[in-house]
Amino acid sequence: MSILIKRPIHRRTVLKGLLGGSLVNVALPFLDCMLNDHGTALAATGSALPVRFGTWYWGMGHTPGHAIADKPQTAPGIEFLTETQALKPYASQLNFFGGFGMPLDGRSNYTHFTGWVGNRTGTIPQKEGEITNPTLDLIIADEISTGTRFKTIDASSAGIARENYSARSTESRAQAEISPVALYTRLFGPEFVDPNGANFKPDPAIMLEKSVLSAFVEESQSYAKTVGAADRERLDEYFTSIRQLEKRMALQLEKPEPNEACLVPKRPAELPPDRLAQAREMPNVIETHAIMAKLLAMAVACNQTKVFNMVFTDNFANVRKKGESYTHHLLTHSELIDSDLGYQPLAFSFNQQCSEALATYLETLSSIREGAGTLLDNCLIFASSETNYAKLHTIDGIPIYLAGKAGGRMKTGLHVVGGGDPITRVGFTAMKIMGVPLRNWGSKSLQTSKAISEVMA
Amino acid sequence: MNAKTKRIAVLSALAALSALLSSCGDVEPKSTGAPPAMRRLTNDQYRNIIADVFGPQIVVAGQADPLLRTDGLLAVGARSARITPSGFEKFYGLARSISQLVVNEDNRDHLIPCQPASAKGADDACAQQFIAKVGRLLYRRPLLPGELDTAMKSAGLAAQTTGNFYRGLSVALSGMMTTPQFLFVVDETEPDPDQRGHIRLTAYAKASRLSFLLWNTTPHEALLNAAEKGLLHTTEGLSAQVDAMMASPRFEAGVRAFLDDFLRFDQFETLEKDSVIYPAFTVKVVEDAREQVLRTAVDHLVDRQRDYRDLFTTRQTFISGALARIYRVPTTKPSGNAWVPYEFAPDDPRVGLLTQVGFAALASHPGRSSPTLRGRAIREALLCQKVPDPPGNVDFSLFEAADLNNKTARERLTAHRTAPACAGCHKLTDPIGLGLENLDGVGQLRATENGAMIDASGDLDGITFNDAAGLGKAMRENPATTSCLVDRLTAYALGRSATAGQIVFLDYLKATFVKDGYRLPDLMRRIATSEALYAVSAPEEDAKPVQSAAAAVATGAALQEVSP
Repeated sequence: MSILIKRPIHRRTVLKGLLGGSLVNVALPFLDCMLNDHGTALAATGSALPVRFGTWYWGMGHTPGHAIADKPQTAPGIEFLTETQALKPYASQLNFFGGFGMPLDGRSNYTHFTGWVGNRTGTIPQKEGEITNPTLDLIIADEISTGTRFKTIDASSAGIARENYSARSTESRAQAEISPVALYTRLFGPEFVDPNGANFKPDPAIMLEKSVLSAFVEESQSYAKTVGAADRERLDEYFTSIRQLEKRMALQLEKPEPNEACLVPKRPAELPPDRLAQAREMPNVIETHAIMAKLLAMAVACNQTKVFNMVFTDNFANVRKKGESYTHHLLTHSELIDSDLGYQPLAFSFNQQCSEALATYLETLSSIREGAGTLLDNCLIFASSETNYAKLHTIDGIPIYLAGKAGGRMKTGLHVVGGGDPITRVGFTAMKIMGVPLRNWGSKSLQTSKAISEVMA
Repeated sequence: MNAKTKRIAVLSALAALSALLSSCGDVEPKSTGAPPAMRRLTNDQYRNIIADVFGPQIVVAGQADPLLRTDGLLAVGARSARITPSGFEKFYGLARSISQLVVNEDNRDHLIPCQPASAKGADDACAQQFIAKVGRLLYRRPLLPGELDTAMKSAGLAAQTTGNFYRGLSVALSGMMTTPQFLFVVDETEPDPDQRGHIRLTAYAKASRLSFLLWNTTPHEALLNAAEKGLLHTTEGLSAQVDAMMASPRFEAGVRAFLDDFLRFDQFETLEKDSVIYPAFTVKVVEDAREQVLRTAVDHLVDRQRDYRDLFTTRQTFISGALARIYRVPTTKPSGNAWVPYEFAPDDPRVGLLTQVGFAALASHPGRSSPTLRGRAIREALLCQKVPDPPGNVDFSLFEAADLNNKTARERLTAHRTAPACAGCHKLTDPIGLGLENLDGVGQLRATENGAMIDASGDLDGITFNDAAGLGKAMRENPATTSCLVDRLTAYALGRSATAGQIVFLDYLKATFVKDGYRLPDLMRRIATSEALYAVSAPEEDAKPVQSAAAAVATGAALQEVSP
């Protein structure tokens, strides 16, 4: 028998490591599952349940005049039109933000790119593909993601891993999981510790691997001094990534508190090659999204992450209807506007399916009971696109929804009219709600220090 | 003119003069190196290394994050690649699974060069044999004392802890495979004994550059031995290694890796076609379409040592059973997974690389062809010319009627080429891509589109043509075709686009490429044996030099510390 399981293990002993205490330096994780009897707060501190942050992305925006009825000024009540009817049942659980501006300060509008980068990083790119500032989900993750296995989780039903709208820079952009099985394995595979499992026994193999990993990290840190400044900075990021894995391993050695909301999902079925080869057919996208939504929601409920990003369709909307030679993207540019309907019928139907998918996502989060409410009540979901009207590539008025109650920190049911204010006000508000201590956010004309007080509780 | 501009002007003038002089002879001009860099391993390099070090039975089950294409190449993107938390998880997962496979009962006897005194505990002597041997191949140089010490301690303690010698080795191997020394190919330098105050690549770093260029894998034993003896610092020693590596069948892997990157074939991994519109385009066709282009190119360029330009006009290729259906070739010819040589008939419209399914399908939409995408792919990938991104203020209502009322792509695109906001770019792409309109969105031949006859005429930089064969000839005669190959191959070898100080080297390569009859292996040999490939300038900021190779081998003291 291993010497590691001959005697009871104290947390500090575990975290100290095996190869000499100096090699391992991991802070004790905060066990945020220690709920009070009512399931609304932490037993020890009495503070509220953790608030989680998620993003949800769809490509090609909305059809103006057919999605959300305009309002002259910010007011309660969102009028969902034909394209967004599926969201109507969630009217009281979300806010809609329209009419916010994306000033370019003389820079180009790189179609289907500038919009999401400006919206999520607060900075207009100077060239195609450039991301100079971190996206808001990572700023929030840096603030709140303690005590969970993953700092963020990224998933996409659009079938293109690199099209993930979470990045620290151009070169530091996490790939999204595009396979439901891979996502499941990462979240609930062998390394997952069921909080409601009857027998918890820390795996000595993890202790060993963690200690060895730490030893190699220390050795590599001296090697890092031999490279130039730019490469050293890249290695710093590499070491940060390792530290996250070490923290994850440390958490696996902790017995999680029982968690009623956490019900380990079933492993999704493997998809045959022919189905994988048609990943971007819309019915397949919808199916994948529904599976991933459940996995993500349960990962959050099971305290595996506090920040989670979902891409429904990518920024170039490379999704299509079976037998149709134009993709959603091509349709927005090429399809004739039906004079009776006032919109492009096929493109509109794709837009409609995007709203339906967002509704599915919210339904999935709200179907999980957590404490006295639902998981959605304890989340803030930032749902956005990269354009307002794709046909014209407009980036002023990009539609954004903030859904969930954020643990009571956000008022909902409002249609917020931007009046041309920088769109960063929405992201800034989301970050303030999530407790990020920012004074301002964004660059040049996108910089803002004004949160939208109307939605802050 | 500021100082920097003046310097560039002077350098350019010198470069032009030097190139002129060089083109008269066959002597490599002096060029300036770039600062040392570090490049993340590509997925293919990772797989190749594991196969080379441990054998093909050790399956790499998974992939690391893909690299970002930069200046046209993933190999250049590797130079600025970062490892995100989820990216590291993938590397860690790969390392764990590979290390467990290496020591399992099926593999340990032939992969571990010794038997431990007892399989139920540590055996430092045996562990050291394994770690030092494998470490030298993984780190591409002998382990430094501290590195060996860490691996030995890890193996020893893990073996003691678990009561399993092999588990100890597995844990140590896994640790080594997650270090930057393994995951990044680092330009390690040392003081240059021939030029006081300058640095040079270590012999081992030279071995890595050479090996990844010619074989796309870690340096093999003989190359490391040559590095250890300092042979790679001599012209003769370097040439001997290059000749031996290029004579090896493994040279093909190096050429394939470059072509795959050059042709942007990573896009095959996300390629989708509509199964109703193109029922013949199966998963197997996708795989074979990529392989066909590479197989054709390797046969043409390496096996037959032919002129690179003729790739655009050759009728010779290879065909598989899956591709036969797309090409409408009698399926009795290739059977199963077999590939057979195939030559298109003189009257067949298919001529050259651009008419192969691999190119035609990749540069198309899921449900239709695209002269614009094809033209852009030719401009950007094969001619190294940047096509500007579309403007953000296009009024697409201009094209609605065109899209609705016109049957062929030529007619539809006329509106784009005549609208002022679009014309600038579409004039660069469409006249080229229209030459391939007899190939549908997956590369199947067609004479009509929506019932209308297709006109496949066009022009490329002033050379007009009537069909795909004519486009192939125009590509063959375009100076940018060969110039682009030289630029990209050099950037691929260096891991960066050429700097101002390296332009003279590019000019020399372009001149000699002509003299050498546009033969790719000759070009690769010149790069591999050049001084420019290995030249480095001072780092952007002072970095501590890596311990010399000689010192790195002296590890005895460190080992004694972990001996029982």
